[in-house]
Amino acid sequence: MSKITPEALKHLAKLARLELTEAELATYATQLDVILDSVDKIREVAAQDVKPMSHAVGLTNVFREDAVKPSLNREEVLAQAPAQEANRFRVPRILNEE
Amino acid sequence: MSEDLVFLTGSEIAQKIKNKEVSAIEVAKAHFDRIEKLDSKIKSFLYLDKEAALTQAKKVDEKVAKGETLKPLAGVPLALKDVLTQKGVPTTAGSKILENWRPPYDSTVVKKLIENDVVILGKTNMDEFAMGSSTENSAYQTTKNPWDLTRIPGGSSGGSSAAVASFFAPLSIGTDTGGSIRQPAAVCALVGAKPTYGTVSRYGLIAFASSLDQAGPITRTVLDAALLNEAMAGFDVNDSTSINQQLESLVQAAKNKNIKDMKIGIIKELGGEGWQPGVLKQFEQAVEVLKSLGAELVEVSLPHSVYALAVYYLIAPSEASSNLARFDGMRYGLRVGDDGEKDVEAVMKLTRAQGFGPEVKRRIILGTYALSTGYYDAYYGQAQKVRGLIAEDLRLAFEKVDVLISPTSPTTAWKIGERVDNPLAMYLADLATLPASLAGVPAISVPIGLASEDRMPVGLQVIAPAMQDHKNYQVAAALEAAQNGLLINQVPDLVSLS
Amino acid sequence: MKLTQAIEQFEPVIGLETHVELSTKSKMFCGCATEFGAEPNTQVCPTCLGLPGSLPVPNQTAIESTMRIGLALNCEITELSRFARKNYFYPDMPKDFQTSQYDEPFCVNGYLDVMIPTDEGEKSFRVEIERVHLEEDTGKLTHAGGASGRIHGADYSLVDYNRAGIPLVEIVTKPVTGTGKYAPQVARAYVTELRDLLRNLGVSDVRMEEGSLRCDVNLSLHPKGSAEWGKRTETKNVNSLRSVEKAVFSEIERQADVLAGGEEVTQETRHFHEDSGTSSSGRSKEQAEDYRYFPEPDLVPVIADETWVSKLKTDLPEAPSVQRKRLAKEWNFSDEEMRDVVSLGAIDLIAQTVSAGASPQAARKWWLGELARRATEINKELSDLSIDPKHISELDNLVTSGKLTDKLARQVLEGLLNKEGTPSEIVEKRNLVVMSDDSSLLPIIQSAIKANPDVVAKVKEGKLQALGPLLGAVMKETKGKADAAKVRSLVLKELGVEG
Repeated sequence: MSKITPEALKHLAKLARLELTEAELATYATQLDVILDSVDKIREVAAQDVKPMSHAVGLTNVFREDAVKPSLNREEVLAQAPAQEANRFRVPRILNEE
Repeated sequence: MSEDLVFLTGSEIAQKIKNKEVSAIEVAKAHFDRIEKLDSKIKSFLYLDKEAALTQAKKVDEKVAKGETLKPLAGVPLALKDVLTQKGVPTTAGSKILENWRPPYDSTVVKKLIENDVVILGKTNMDEFAMGSSTENSAYQTTKNPWDLTRIPGGSSGGSSAAVASFFAPLSIGTDTGGSIRQPAAVCALVGAKPTYGTVSRYGLIAFASSLDQAGPITRTVLDAALLNEAMAGFDVNDSTSINQQLESLVQAAKNKNIKDMKIGIIKELGGEGWQPGVLKQFEQAVEVLKSLGAELVEVSLPHSVYALAVYYLIAPSEASSNLARFDGMRYGLRVGDDGEKDVEAVMKLTRAQGFGPEVKRRIILGTYALSTGYYDAYYGQAQKVRGLIAEDLRLAFEKVDVLISPTSPTTAWKIGERVDNPLAMYLADLATLPASLAGVPAISVPIGLASEDRMPVGLQVIAPAMQDHKNYQVAAALEAAQNGLLINQVPDLVSLS
Repeated sequence: MKLTQAIEQFEPVIGLETHVELSTKSKMFCGCATEFGAEPNTQVCPTCLGLPGSLPVPNQTAIESTMRIGLALNCEITELSRFARKNYFYPDMPKDFQTSQYDEPFCVNGYLDVMIPTDEGEKSFRVEIERVHLEEDTGKLTHAGGASGRIHGADYSLVDYNRAGIPLVEIVTKPVTGTGKYAPQVARAYVTELRDLLRNLGVSDVRMEEGSLRCDVNLSLHPKGSAEWGKRTETKNVNSLRSVEKAVFSEIERQADVLAGGEEVTQETRHFHEDSGTSSSGRSKEQAEDYRYFPEPDLVPVIADETWVSKLKTDLPEAPSVQRKRLAKEWNFSDEEMRDVVSLGAIDLIAQTVSAGASPQAARKWWLGELARRATEINKELSDLSIDPKHISELDNLVTSGKLTDKLARQVLEGLLNKEGTPSEIVEKRNLVVMSDDSSLLPIIQSAIKANPDVVAKVKEGKLQALGPLLGAVMKETKGKADAAKVRSLVLKELGVEG
């Protein structure tokens, strides 16, 4: 019913870019099963005609004017970078093209 | 005499500073002294910002000397949950993935604290990325409950509640997504308030669940909470979910303790089997107190509240799985495995594997699952619908009553380590606090005594309609006044525990 | 297989996805500037860097531009639209999700009619628009360490987030059927017309070479008469109008070959190569990415009420097709002349040249003549030549006033293409003054006469056509500077012949 299979778990871990050990996969699978069992009960609620509530506030049309505001100081920005070169963030090589 | 400064409330300290009875520097130093002496037992702080705090305190003293009008909380020390950004100050969200990260910008909440001349002492411990109810999920240290050092201080704002309950600061700020202000406050005999969603800016609040997160006060008195809440709240152009409407005076409500003829609804579904008997007993006694103060008590049902746990544990992890994706080791924070050979995917995976703790990983997986193709409608989609039904339950209830009440937590503080291997048991701590979070309405927890079984603090939760936070403060203040002194004053003496 | 052959057996279905970078002053969700070419990472802030705790606030102009694009494309403006998160990981993505739109986009169900020449004359094709939505752009990656600067073989990459957060409008067509062998032209005409429409609205620079207009080409083939459509490929990196046409063309031929060989077309993303005019297979991903779309919780819905939409509608500028008819009349161009102007993307250029003072016909002569020739030579669009229409007007003036000969004018044009300055500056630098005074011309004429006795003889006989080589020789000697008419009259005078 709601069991997350090891394959499914591996796939989810990949989607979330999490490297899980075999031990973690096993533990999480059990724990998630328990959680999903308890969470499954919402399916019994008849809510076909109910509008999903994605906001607690009833706000709409919140915009800002198209005006330029000061940006951050580049030194500050790059100071926190794990690696940088030529005023850019340096990242490891990319194998899969987007 | 300066040791006694730490036992004053925030408003008392502000008054003394204003009356030139004491200087802000003296106050700050007194608190730092106590922290340095005793926090090794409690481990509530992750970072102390002594230099900056004393500089801020000095500014206040200069204003006093010039005879300037002071803000209501000027010079009062505050402990800040390490989830709000402070420019140049290490901000970790309780996670290793942000170890040593110094934000290049201040959160709006911090900006407001600075504007109000509040003295920020340092950053407090928390469950990693606010995920947890015991602060045991912190990647750095385990915080103890000063009432009983073998027990948890609540979570995720456990560092804040422990700090205030240990008299390290009269004020602290926590954040509440599913109960993370109210529950720590309850288990430490403190006042903790979750404001109406949208009244306190989330700009600079490291996001866990965007549609639920709200920062709020954790203090020893209702008046202090009201003062701090007012200082923090307000419309912010940097937050698109910010409400451009003023609340009715919370401080006035806290001072006006009259609840005569107020209609109070007891939530039928929150209590009963599975709840700690000592907690329920204290709650019943508090109900009697409310009656004696002239309020009308009725039973109210929130039929869909039984689904609150399920709804929350689908929505919050889903939003979190997306909010935490940015922690990939590319722009800031931890980066693991960049040896010149490994590709970017490998580095991202290793960074996140090492940087995130088990609870965070669990919730990311859960959230990824709930949002994935084929499961969205049944899980996330359905959860958002049921959320609407829960909110509707509350709305209908508020047509009959002014506020709702329940015990804040099903149990008192449990033993450290007791629930770490049982995530679901941990989640059950949120049962009472979740409905208000999901509906975005304001809720407050106020201390109502000790449970007979373990002599640990119990809290009562008051819930009001959206934008009517003042009602919570009014009822909480009434309850507080009806007790024989503040419950927190019964906390074991830390000094003598050495 | 050649396209004409392929079309006999197969029916193409095309789809075009266009991304338009809006020319707003600030970014989509923050106030950072959007200047092109700024120093890396100088136009960033907590929001567009996705720093922990940051939040988005939408740019109203960007939203209105999106709606205006939709209205110009005859779309329905959605009453309640929402932003949504598209979740995936990539180093140029600050949040590792893109704030975009999913099932509640700003505009839906529109169309754009394009005209293309067919065997049966001008035909109109209606390209239906599925949706127009708004999203944010990503940062820019450069690849270091490898040989080609391309991603394959690079040792590491560098990211500049200046571009991250710039508003991007995505326009998606519905599948276009019934184009047959005209598929490549329809695709090109659509993108051209769309580009003109966008430029007219003033919402974007729409320069394909700069990346402010990007196009992905989707194509599938199915056997004629088959109810089922074939497997679709998506071709990216199509950076010019010419490439749009070529991409469709080459993909039809490629897929036809595959299908005719009994194989199946692989559903994949392909990468277009300008130089060869063909595409290659992109690296296939092991599993299709699951974007896990959900409504953006940090943003609130947008309600497009009657009043707002009507106002946007009323303020829309003239549609390109209406503008074309009007200009053709004003300029007095024939249908054929106007069509050439349109197909070469020269309307704006001619209009600007005319407003700078030149006559419409002269403007047309310059742009569709020499300049168009040059553009084709180097495989570029007219607008890519970056020639200021004011300079063309100036140049034309110099010729009509006699200060330049046609030959000299061509040299000035050369100079303009080489960015040597304004026409007057080039004339001075290169010393392109017309030689028209007798004293300088006569010696040259006389030596030319001496050097070509048989030509002289013919001319004296009355065969004036033979003058050609003589005049040519003089022109050559003067490096084209000589006033041709003057030379002719002087030569005749020297030879004592009436002409």
